[in-house]
Amino acid sequence: MRGKTNTKKIEKHHIEDMVGRIYMSLCVLLLIVIIVSMVYFVASKGIANFISGEVKLTDFLFGTKWAPEADTPSYGALPFISGSFLVTLLAALIASPLSICAALFMTEIVPGWGKKLLQPVIELLSGIPSVVYGFVGLSVIVPFLRDTFPGQGIGVAAGALVLSVMILPTITSVAADALASLPQNLKESSFALGATRWQTISRVILPTTMPAIMTGVVLGMARAFGEALAVQMVIGNAPFVPRSLFESASTLTSVITLSMGNTTMGSTINNALWSMALVLMLMTFVFVLLVRMLERRNKI
Amino acid sequence: MKPKTADKIATTLIVFFALLIVAILIGLLGYILVRGLNHISWDFLTSAPQKIRAGGGVGPQLFNSLYLLVLTLLITIPLGLGAGIFMAEYARPGKLTNFIRLIVEVLSSFPSIIVGLFGLLLIVNYFDLGFSLLSGAIALTFFNLPLMVRITEQAFRTVPKAQKEAGFALGLSKWKIVTSVLLPVALPTIITGTILSAGRVFGEAAALMFTAGMSSPRLNFSDWNPLHTSSPLNPFRPAETLAVHIWKINSEGLAPDAIQIAAGASAVLVIMVLLFNLLARYFGRFIYRKLTASKRIN
Repeated sequence: MRGKTNTKKIEKHHIEDMVGRIYMSLCVLLLIVIIVSMVYFVASKGIANFISGEVKLTDFLFGTKWAPEADTPSYGALPFISGSFLVTLLAALIASPLSICAALFMTEIVPGWGKKLLQPVIELLSGIPSVVYGFVGLSVIVPFLRDTFPGQGIGVAAGALVLSVMILPTITSVAADALASLPQNLKESSFALGATRWQTISRVILPTTMPAIMTGVVLGMARAFGEALAVQMVIGNAPFVPRSLFESASTLTSVITLSMGNTTMGSTINNALWSMALVLMLMTFVFVLLVRMLERRNKI
Repeated sequence: MKPKTADKIATTLIVFFALLIVAILIGLLGYILVRGLNHISWDFLTSAPQKIRAGGGVGPQLFNSLYLLVLTLLITIPLGLGAGIFMAEYARPGKLTNFIRLIVEVLSSFPSIIVGLFGLLLIVNYFDLGFSLLSGAIALTFFNLPLMVRITEQAFRTVPKAQKEAGFALGLSKWKIVTSVLLPVALPTIITGTILSAGRVFGEAAALMFTAGMSSPRLNFSDWNPLHTSSPLNPFRPAETLAVHIWKINSEGLAPDAIQIAAGASAVLVIMVLLFNLLARYFGRFIYRKLTASKRIN
């Protein structure tokens, strides 16, 4: 039927339809091109050192010494990898209980004004730019830690505290959505059995929504792992594997931020930084994969 | 412990932690505004920064941030609308659609510093655009596009099916239905989402350090010809934005009043983001009333 109209006369709205369709396909194609070239460029730069044999993959991943300017330069990235994982895990540990409490407050304790109060709070927290978090961390959290704990205040603890506030909104909003979408009759049957609210929350609501809440936690961790400037400002940027929470340390993002501008393209140290970017990118894939797995579990 | 006591303790703890979050936000905003507002004056907002002396402002940076936002939205909105409408109305469920969905998800979860590095490699070096506003805008597009696609798709999905079916019953083409029936209904949601994403773009720094650069050449604010090198509108000049400026003076600032400048600039940034939030809330409602006969917003 379509061929018939085509041979007869191509009308104006057919052309419009075609143009619209082509335009939209081009937009989607562009998205695909962006992601493919992104992965390709970062990966090709990231593996350059390993292919040319200047740095061994095992030395890079497990080497604890980062001394690119020494006489015998070594490019161990373990200080940064461990720093990144440490701040991310700590931030998630601090933020998750708070976020789950906030979500419970919004949906179970006072569903009416609790949501009205916390929803804008969460939106505003997620809207504050990361450099502002870094600035406040530097001028409030770091002096506070310096006065209460041994050390200079900068370090993993400061980084984790700043990050935990930054990922609060992510975890809270996902957890609140999960709690709100829980079927009402599950709760009602628990109350009908004479359970208190806390018994219902701890034995019925949380176990049922755990995969969905974990999705929020993983999304928050993904954000924390990739956050650059706020962490860089408070962590101290010393290239050592952190031994204490209150000693200067580094993350993958912080060293990239600091050193990428000062190194020449194509040098070994520059390529080592690209390898770290590749690690960041691979971790992003891992986080997306985890989220997908959790979502699949949530459907059943 | 008696279940009732446990319940009381748990409830108190939950309420305490929830209110703690509210307190954190109030403390944060209060701290930023109290420390920063003292330093904000007309002079601070319009004058150029000083390298070593005190008394510098953030005029060029503020302008750069706003201009970069406009450039970014000019590129992002058409592309995001196109891809979003495709995902909502044209894509059939299947492997390809799932793949595109995965791509949007991955792209939106890439750390912004990776986006910045990719911009450095491809746009700044490979396409030889240098550290420029245009490079920054393109990098921010990579960063903002997945969000825009998602906003558009969700907005189109909330349009009641009956409206689309009514259009088909009238014999309209699909394109006509999309542009004349669905788009006006979806527009308020899209605008709200776009303004919120604009707030995110406005505060972004990591993606811009290596694309828009960390320096701001002398600008001549009386020359508005986009082709002149000292014109503020020239998209090929390097441009340090407000967020990048805050980072830079915190980590390598030499001026004696660097902390105050950082506080003032942070306050400006936060006020702008607050404005974006308010605008998003009210502008969407306003547009909805203008475009449709209905007074209700869903």
